[in-house]
Amino acid sequence: MVDFGGWELPQQYTSIRDEHLAVRKAAGLFDISHMGRLVVEGAGAEAYLQGLLTNDLATVAPGHAIYTLMCKEDGGVIDDLVVYRETPERFLVVVNASNREKDSAWMREHLPEGVRLEDHTLDLSLIAYQGPHAHELLPPASSPTEDIAYFAFRPGKVAGVSALISRTGYTGEDGFELFVASDKIGEVWDAILAHGRSHGVLPAGLGARDATRLEAALRLYGNDMDETVNPYEAGLGWTVKLGKGEFVGRDALVKVKEQRPKRTLIGLRTEPGIIPRHGAAVSHDGRRVGAVTSGTHSFFLGHPIALALVEAPSFPVGEKVAIEVRGREAAAEVVKLPFYRGSARSATAPART
Amino acid sequence: MSKERRYTKSHEWLTVDGKTVTVGITDFAQSQLGDVVFLELPNPGRKLAVRESFGVVESVKAASDLYAPVAGKVVAVNEKLAAKPELVNQDPYGDGWLLKLELTGDLPADLLDEAGYKAATEAAAG
Repeated sequence: MVDFGGWELPQQYTSIRDEHLAVRKAAGLFDISHMGRLVVEGAGAEAYLQGLLTNDLATVAPGHAIYTLMCKEDGGVIDDLVVYRETPERFLVVVNASNREKDSAWMREHLPEGVRLEDHTLDLSLIAYQGPHAHELLPPASSPTEDIAYFAFRPGKVAGVSALISRTGYTGEDGFELFVASDKIGEVWDAILAHGRSHGVLPAGLGARDATRLEAALRLYGNDMDETVNPYEAGLGWTVKLGKGEFVGRDALVKVKEQRPKRTLIGLRTEPGIIPRHGAAVSHDGRRVGAVTSGTHSFFLGHPIALALVEAPSFPVGEKVAIEVRGREAAAEVVKLPFYRGSARSATAPART
Repeated sequence: MSKERRYTKSHEWLTVDGKTVTVGITDFAQSQLGDVVFLELPNPGRKLAVRESFGVVESVKAASDLYAPVAGKVVAVNEKLAAKPELVNQDPYGDGWLLKLELTGDLPADLLDEAGYKAATEAAAG
């Protein structure tokens, strides 16, 4: 067990390798109840969130979700989050565990009259069932899911238990995030594993979650970005909709975009055994240019991979850099992101029948 | 067999057969490290002092130094680990051995027996 944002979570249930491969080949089941769940409700809820978040909620219909950032006035990232629009005036906001209190405080500070903000982290649990076969490996007495579009969700049943079934995730694979009342979540967890085990489904811990999200080049707040990094530097400029109207950080981000970001997040690969760790120095032509933000050995790809934040507006794929590993310099190659595109790619196509 | 195994507080184990000492990391160590992905081991011929760092074990979680439990000359390294580092997890006291050393001095007095090592790890965990 490791401490993760104040929650005790298993690094692995049995083996990071086995759990990682299960997610890529069949499906893995993650307990992600540590993530914060906030409900924002009221006639002014959309306008309020539009004023705090970088992405455009006006494009999100009820039953759909969107990935977005929340920034400070100077454009630094407070958190990355997913906003689910349940009704025109009710939103479910999922935030990082380590930022739940910070985000709540920031959101309360800006909360107008007539909009309610409630924390449902403890009474509404969250698990993620992720993998190319997650759809067909749902247990009996589950609602059909094939016609739920990617980044859409709806209420239904999983193993006979009421759940909000969302076709979202953090692994690069197709699959679900399931919101279930906390007193029923154990039932759903057990039913999914009981049904899936013989098909290769495993419960998956933080190690597999980190490896799969990194292969998919999904950023981890606190590693790949924080309040000193702006969305363009983090490669998340696509979540910033400058044309949607005023929001906190907009003025600063307009300037960053005009002047081009000074730093960029790049993908690196190294030879087996050379594992870039968070904080390791990255050099180019003998000059220090930045640091590794996330790195691991990818059991699935067979070599280590890393993200690094470097002081350059861009860095060509194929370029060689040096990273510090175990006190020595080791070669790394700049590669295209993501490192791996899983089944989530096909999930972005129109729903299959 | 396991009665003859000796341990260090830095979580190496060793067995002694005449002048030859086989060295590995303990089951407790491998379980704490998680999946091992790479080992950096010395070349045969290298002379090691007691507690000298002789290599590194990389797991998904972290890189950890390895220390020589005795003074000796490296006579063999486990070649299988280059392709299958997971042997350290799967069979830490068997196929997952790391080195064979030719003992060049006496066995250090502070090596632990099984009960002593168990007590040391329980104290660390508790």
